[in-house]
Amino acid sequence: MGVGIEVINLNAWYGSNHTLQDINLHIPANQATALIGPSGCGKSTFVRCLNRMHETNPIARVTGTVRIGDLDIYESAAPVSIRRRVGMVFQRPNPFPTMSIYDNVASGLKLNGYTNRRVLDDIVEKSLKNSALWDEVKDDLKKKSGASLSGGQQQRLCIARALAVDPEVLLMDEPASALDPVSTAKIEDLIFELKSQYTIVIVTHNMQQAARVAEKTGFFLNGRLVEFDSTHKIFTNPGDKRTEDYITGRFG
Amino acid sequence: MRTEASTRANIRTMTDHAVTGLAVLATVLVVAPLVAIFVYLLYKGASSLNFDFFTKVPKPPGEVGGGMANAIVGSAVLLALASVIGIPMGIGGGIYLAEFGRGTKLANAIRFTADVLNGVPSIVMGMAAYALIVAPHISLLPFMGHFSAFAGGVALGIMMIPTVTRTTEEMLLMVPNAIREAALGLGVPNWRSVLSITVKTASPGIITGCMLAFSRVAGETAPLIFTVLGNSFWSTSLNRPIAALPLQIYVFALSPYDDWHRLAWAGSLVLIVLIVLAVSLVRYVTSRGVLKGNS
Repeated sequence: MGVGIEVINLNAWYGSNHTLQDINLHIPANQATALIGPSGCGKSTFVRCLNRMHETNPIARVTGTVRIGDLDIYESAAPVSIRRRVGMVFQRPNPFPTMSIYDNVASGLKLNGYTNRRVLDDIVEKSLKNSALWDEVKDDLKKKSGASLSGGQQQRLCIARALAVDPEVLLMDEPASALDPVSTAKIEDLIFELKSQYTIVIVTHNMQQAARVAEKTGFFLNGRLVEFDSTHKIFTNPGDKRTEDYITGRFG
Repeated sequence: MRTEASTRANIRTMTDHAVTGLAVLATVLVVAPLVAIFVYLLYKGASSLNFDFFTKVPKPPGEVGGGMANAIVGSAVLLALASVIGIPMGIGGGIYLAEFGRGTKLANAIRFTADVLNGVPSIVMGMAAYALIVAPHISLLPFMGHFSAFAGGVALGIMMIPTVTRTTEEMLLMVPNAIREAALGLGVPNWRSVLSITVKTASPGIITGCMLAFSRVAGETAPLIFTVLGNSFWSTSLNRPIAALPLQIYVFALSPYDDWHRLAWAGSLVLIVLIVLAVSLVRYVTSRGVLKGNS
């Protein structure tokens, strides 16, 4: 089951660059929330603050509060344990090249000490089915390496890998931007299926994609959250002129 | 117009052929000395290779027969000790430089020191080992105070460290950051991600670095002169002088005895073949775990 995310006065820096300014929003549980905006507006930085990946960069800094469910992730817990509850899928598929498909999906569990063979088998199968990849790879699970799949398959493998650790939230940073239209459609269908079990935050450049999969959408511009509302309202009757300019293609 | 285009195309094709030819020539020039050495060694040394060569110790000068078995075994002992010293420290240093200390002053100092160490002449390394291990009258450690295999192994091991460290660092830096991020994103602790993912991904290159360092020290003679001294008899003890193939070849080659000269030629051939075999064996063993779809 997914949980809601509460963001209060979030500010983030890369060195002296004030990348995110005073972000406040509530991301609802068990829905897909899309974040749109032009390149460099801070939307990727924002999601990386939600699983404390932003701070892996030595010159990065964060202030403010992020609450996942009822857990304040910057106060009470170690980054490592946060990331087991908040999974991430990256823009370019990044399966582990030295591992088989099976080991890739199981990696989050194996590297955290789980070794029970039967449990792992079950989880791998369930995750691959949840990411619509099972039928295509079920005969080659241990024989083929993760990197030998096509781009779309690799991305679904990464989704399976993220799902295998059973997170509550799934962050997706432009997951389909490196993929062809057919694979993109498959990923979007997937998000539709996964919404009922997880809370999904998806960064996208593609406004049609946001309109297709997300209940709520947030528009970022120059490090600020300009508008956050139901997807329908954002795309048909935006409240802020800047949102309207972006939607209608006047910039970005 | 058409003829001008086709003339340009012809020139392009000819240039293509010319440069390809130069590249082939360069390759031949590079490989030729190696082939020449090997063929010459075969010519001079193959006839002296017999069962005795690999099983007997050298006979005193004047007596016919004998072999270099003790030197082959001795070299194996020395290289094993050198690897045990040089490889873990080298890989550890490389991991620190690439994964934990990137950009720090300590890392820069380590890198600089490794590069300087790499440039130290091998004979100076031997003398340093002599001064620190062989010469002292006071025995702080069990192996000090006399010529020993231990001293030679230490000298060779230290010589391996810079090569292993630098290649490990280079190979780790070549692992794409996306892989590290994927591991961190799964909630894997950093140390675990480094060892199980990053190092594992870079391991073919790291192993190559170890093999490079191994091949280099396998043929080193100068550091052994002051440390292991050489031995005409069977000995595998770390605490006593030991025979070593390059050292034995050197001593035999400079001697006035024809018989020993023959053994030196055979020994040189065997040395090269053994190094190639060792490297090939490691390559074969480590490539067997590779999956379909990976190179």
